Amino acid sequence: MKHRTFFWFFLPTGLAMLLFIALPIISVVTQSLYAPHEAVLSIVENCGPFGCKEETTVDQAATEALRAAEPLGRFVGLEIYLDRGHLAVQEVSQLWASEPTWSSFFSRLGNLPFYRAMSFTVTYVAVVTPMVIILGLMIALAVNSLHRHLKGLVIFFSLLPFIVPPLIGSLILFWMVDSRGVFGTFLQYLSGDPNLSLKASTALTWIMLMVYGIWHSAPFAFVIFYAGLQTVPQDTIESAVIDGASRWEQTRYVVIPHLMPLVTFVALIQLMDNFRVFEPIVGFKSEAHATSLSWIIFNDLGGETRLLSSAATTSVLTILGVAILLSPVLVRTWRDFNAKAH
Amino acid sequence: MKHVKTALLSAAAVIAMGDFAMADGHANCGIETGRVSIVGNEFPAIQTVGAGAQACASGSVEVKTNLTADHQKINLAGMSGNPAEYTSAIVANSSIVALMNDDVIRPLDDLVAKFGGDLKKNQLITVGGEIVAVAFMANAQHLVYRDDVLKEIGVEPPKTYEDMLAAAKMIRDKGIMENPLGGAYAAGWNLAQEFNNMYIGHGGQFFKPGTAEVSINNEQGVAALEMMKALSEYMNPDFLTHDSNATSAEWKAGNVALMNMWGSRVGPLRDTEGSSQEVVDNTMISAPMTVGGGSTPATTLWWDGWTVAKNISDEDAEATFKALKAAIDPAILNEETTPQAVWLIEGYEPTPAATGVFAAANMGSVPYPMLPYQGLLHTALGAELSDFMQGKESAAQALADAEAAYTAAAKEKGFLN
Amino acid sequence: MSTSLARRQPLGLRIALYAFVVIWLILAAFPFLWTLWGSFKVELDFFSLSNWTDALTGPRTEAVYGKPFTGAGYEGAWVQEEFWRAVLNTSIVCFCVVCISLTFGTLGGYALSRSGYKYVFWLLIIALIFRALPQITLVSGYLQPFFAWNLWGILPTTIIVLVAINQPFTLWMLHSFFTKIPIELDESAKVDGCTQFQAFRHVIIPVMWPGVITTGLFSFLLAYNDFAVAAMLLSEENRTMVPAIAAFLGTTQTEGNVMFAVAAVVSATAPLFVLVMFFQRQIVSGLTAGAVKG
Repeated sequence: MKHRTFFWFFLPTGLAMLLFIALPIISVVTQSLYAPHEAVLSIVENCGPFGCKEETTVDQAATEALRAAEPLGRFVGLEIYLDRGHLAVQEVSQLWASEPTWSSFFSRLGNLPFYRAMSFTVTYVAVVTPMVIILGLMIALAVNSLHRHLKGLVIFFSLLPFIVPPLIGSLILFWMVDSRGVFGTFLQYLSGDPNLSLKASTALTWIMLMVYGIWHSAPFAFVIFYAGLQTVPQDTIESAVIDGASRWEQTRYVVIPHLMPLVTFVALIQLMDNFRVFEPIVGFKSEAHATSLSWIIFNDLGGETRLLSSAATTSVLTILGVAILLSPVLVRTWRDFNAKAH
Repeated sequence: MKHVKTALLSAAAVIAMGDFAMADGHANCGIETGRVSIVGNEFPAIQTVGAGAQACASGSVEVKTNLTADHQKINLAGMSGNPAEYTSAIVANSSIVALMNDDVIRPLDDLVAKFGGDLKKNQLITVGGEIVAVAFMANAQHLVYRDDVLKEIGVEPPKTYEDMLAAAKMIRDKGIMENPLGGAYAAGWNLAQEFNNMYIGHGGQFFKPGTAEVSINNEQGVAALEMMKALSEYMNPDFLTHDSNATSAEWKAGNVALMNMWGSRVGPLRDTEGSSQEVVDNTMISAPMTVGGGSTPATTLWWDGWTVAKNISDEDAEATFKALKAAIDPAILNEETTPQAVWLIEGYEPTPAATGVFAAANMGSVPYPMLPYQGLLHTALGAELSDFMQGKESAAQALADAEAAYTAAAKEKGFLN
Repeated sequence: MSTSLARRQPLGLRIALYAFVVIWLILAAFPFLWTLWGSFKVELDFFSLSNWTDALTGPRTEAVYGKPFTGAGYEGAWVQEEFWRAVLNTSIVCFCVVCISLTFGTLGGYALSRSGYKYVFWLLIIALIFRALPQITLVSGYLQPFFAWNLWGILPTTIIVLVAINQPFTLWMLHSFFTKIPIELDESAKVDGCTQFQAFRHVIIPVMWPGVITTGLFSFLLAYNDFAVAAMLLSEENRTMVPAIAAFLGTTQTEGNVMFAVAAVVSATAPLFVLVMFFQRQIVSGLTAGAVKG
């Protein structure tokens, strides 16, 4: 395709992404390098329905001049990246010096917000991504071999975990997994422990979040694989059958290689989405046990006083994290691409 | 809970906010022209105020409201432009600080002088002598107890947290309830708020006077945490996920006999669709408790009020002031709206559900601090204290973590060097 | 293909297959069916903390309404709270997002699949990196300019934002579908004298539907389910369904309103049922037409 033709074909989508994603990314990166001006504080008397009290406030007149001179704020470079709320370089090097063993180092490291979030996020990504792919593939293969009248119904019900709004889904599931809810009671019955509570233990909360993640995302993988299965070349299957390939061999050597590009695609999207895991943490109110980078951003933006620079910094770190995480898959795509191009 | 702050400001209404039987009498608010656009939270009392302002709309006066749980995320951006999209934000003593820090609200002294008329002095929120907001309702946390259960064990409603612990032990030992205490201890905003209460009750000071330097890692801080831990032993094991909604649900289910709860949430506890008569009849309220022999109750006082944006024309500011003034006119109080809140409006007759908040105010409770950096400490506490509550680290370590998290945030915001 | 394979399945495999499908369906649908059942109860039965079986039998619903089922939640949501307004807004948003996303996405995805230059790879990678920015950051970054330019609160803004956010995914998905369509198809059309666009219009569009419908399904679900963008960028009167449902709950979960939300969730799922049943046929018919085999 000619460059010119390509340009016109690509223009609408490129423009949309440039305006609504690329520009915000630039502003986020800028924001992460600047912090609000130092506030000039003064003590004044505040009065209200409950009487008067001496309190500190921001002296607007004095701060105004600073703001007008440098509207972006003060330039702090990488300071926020390195502070305790993010990479915590100083704290980590202190721990490195003071902790005698690896295990005590790591357990103290988990006390720093960024590393605590990373420990859950990485575990979550490592467990949920492969499980979603495997489960999605199994469902797709199973549904594909059903009678065609059943398919529509089965597809609809299979999609439910993906389409029920997470906000409401988690409200209902949160009750269900409560120690007095229907799943909670069932698990207590299974384990024989009447005091078992999924929400009170860190390990069980992690498992609960991962099971939810797999349940929620499996339909996504399923739909993509199911669509891919519709394009499996029949003649290849036929010839494999003639060659005496067993059902398993047909799947292994014909169907799965055919779906491989889609597997890569699902893996890319899932790695990224799982790395940004957020909604279940809020929905299951599990921030005492598990946090993620997206949750840190949410916490910075949702407080009484919003930490914009801190949220921007965590966002940039998230993008970098995703880039690192995806790099093996990207290298593979690069090779495929080159193989195709030549 | 996403916007926990708002949870506590809830008003006590079981009815949905359908009709506001007030439109007619107020259509004449004395506004000739102007634009009024209000952003605020969405609980029933604020819906009432919003509808009151909308009643002022006419051919030449445009009145819009945007009442949403996400108000705190949009109010600053919506008031920063010039002219600002929102001419008014409805805020509380914790959330007004963010607007003052960024200087987007205007002093109301001249408007009050000209049009304030019958506003009571205690409705006016002043900072350094300048009126910045007009309050219309108050709230506080206080004791809620089950009369029948306390009678059964033969004790008076507790006056201190120590009494509460003793009563909880008796209830559990007698086998009446397994987890007799309730409390909004959900990690995050709620947990931090309970720490604030307990720390104030122990006589603690959050900051070195006159500075933004935090000082909570001290005797009072440790004592406050130890008391919270002791209380949590008598709570549902999932207490770190229980916000005020979940705690209320436990109460309605009859699982809890004693709790420290927002005054605004008491009404619904007693007026519950299909809840057992036993719970409804025996839900009683009392003053907030003290702790550790202190005299200041372990609670904070809150108000909700409205502000007027800075970056708007004087005409719009005047229209906004008049519309909101009309919206909190004594005439808005009727059978439906009176129980929605503890109103700070002339002529408000306290309902029985309001006695706890009044008791809190009369006992000399302190208001939630209106400091520019209090919110940063609140967020830091909410994130760092849960490790201690789970027994993963010592109280001193948890407090040190919270101090460190606060210091990093305050440095970023320019409150500390 | 599916039927011919099914006929050849040995009995053991077939039983295992059906058992697996049944277990999966129970896992997938149980919470939803539970919600459907519970939407006709009062809140204290639905979230029954005293005994979970209350949610099945509804003793408190019976105490209040004299029968174990009530339509109060539905009435409250649809009549009192005028949920249909939100449904209308969601329909507009979904329709526009799907159409615009697919138009932009098919053009871009097709171009990416037909160009062999290196920049194609980098465009795909950049699109992917774009997708990595957490939505919550993106949305809070929009607030200031949207307020300044008076774009905040209206449906078109939300639509275009959702389209943009969804472009990376749409591009990747359609790119991989288009690479599956043999390039010889449009090459031969071009030999016959078509321009690239004519080749796209007359040769590719007729055969691209299975991939486009699947991609469209995801665009639709994104627009339909979106909370982060709509909750922050839409004013109260322009709310779509999910923020409206969240508003029923509110921060203080006023009693009764929780059941409005539950009823609204159930009602909101019904159109999806129709949609999936309808487009499932489209996917299969696209297949039987032998389109993709070329």
